[in-house]
Amino acid sequence: MNVTTHTDPEALTLTTTTELAASLERAWQLVSDPRQLERWWGPPEWPATFVRYEFVPGGRAHYFMQGPDGERMHGMWRILSITEPREVSIEDEFADDQGEPSGDIGVTTALLTFEPIDGGTRLTILSGFASAEQLEEMVKMGMEEGMREAIGQIDALLSED
Amino acid sequence: MVVYELTDSEVDAMFGALADATRRDIVDRVLHENASVSRLAERYDMSFAAVQKHVAVLQAAGLVTKSRQGREQIVSGNLVSIHHIQKLLSHFEAVWKQRALQMADVLRDDATTEAPPSPTSSGTRADIPHD
Repeated sequence: MNVTTHTDPEALTLTTTTELAASLERAWQLVSDPRQLERWWGPPEWPATFVRYEFVPGGRAHYFMQGPDGERMHGMWRILSITEPREVSIEDEFADDQGEPSGDIGVTTALLTFEPIDGGTRLTILSGFASAEQLEEMVKMGMEEGMREAIGQIDALLSED
Repeated sequence: MVVYELTDSEVDAMFGALADATRRDIVDRVLHENASVSRLAERYDMSFAAVQKHVAVLQAAGLVTKSRQGREQIVSGNLVSIHHIQKLLSHFEAVWKQRALQMADVLRDDATTEAPPSPTSSGTRADIPHD
């Protein structure tokens, strides 16, 4: 398993490259099929469920990630462009429980590019952030979630007896 | 705590950029206060183009950033904020690495259910060990 990343702090971008042991068509399903997508989008402790998924240019998606204490964080995508089975460009942002953009923190972009290589498919993900402030907010939020989770686990441990 | 580690070539670029007295002076000035390239050029006994070249070297080494304000090019000593942004980005680096690993899991799990099961079909996932 080979994953490399490159960050560009001035451009506020992050590039992730991974080589997948699958054909281009098979790898493409990771993003075109919402049931496949939700198996990798959320972190293990916050699995994702996509309740709306319009995989067409201009389409929208609505998902939530559910934490260990049942708490849900909602997000939405705007699908900007699709070049099947090579490239998909999306905007991702926080949403309310109806999948409407909450307007908080702002939009992050992701461009996923699939290319066939010897023995598989190379996937390159270019994600972009709007501002340093947005990055800061998102990290802070993630840390708060992590903290809440840790506190939840401590509570659970303490209530075991 | 995530600490940003510079690669050898980044360190080389940084030291190379700081090996020049004028460039050290520019960094020192803009760390205290932003300055336009033309204002910097007034301070040194050299042409605007020469100062601009020095600024470009510093920029390439990540020691200053340049932004446009009307007709002026403003130079800032954003050393701290660049490193700060780098640290913030590293959080998302971890998020995407995890996603890439989970993609591989999905492909492998599906391959093992389609093909006859291998003797050890361990659905291992990088769980954080206790303690």
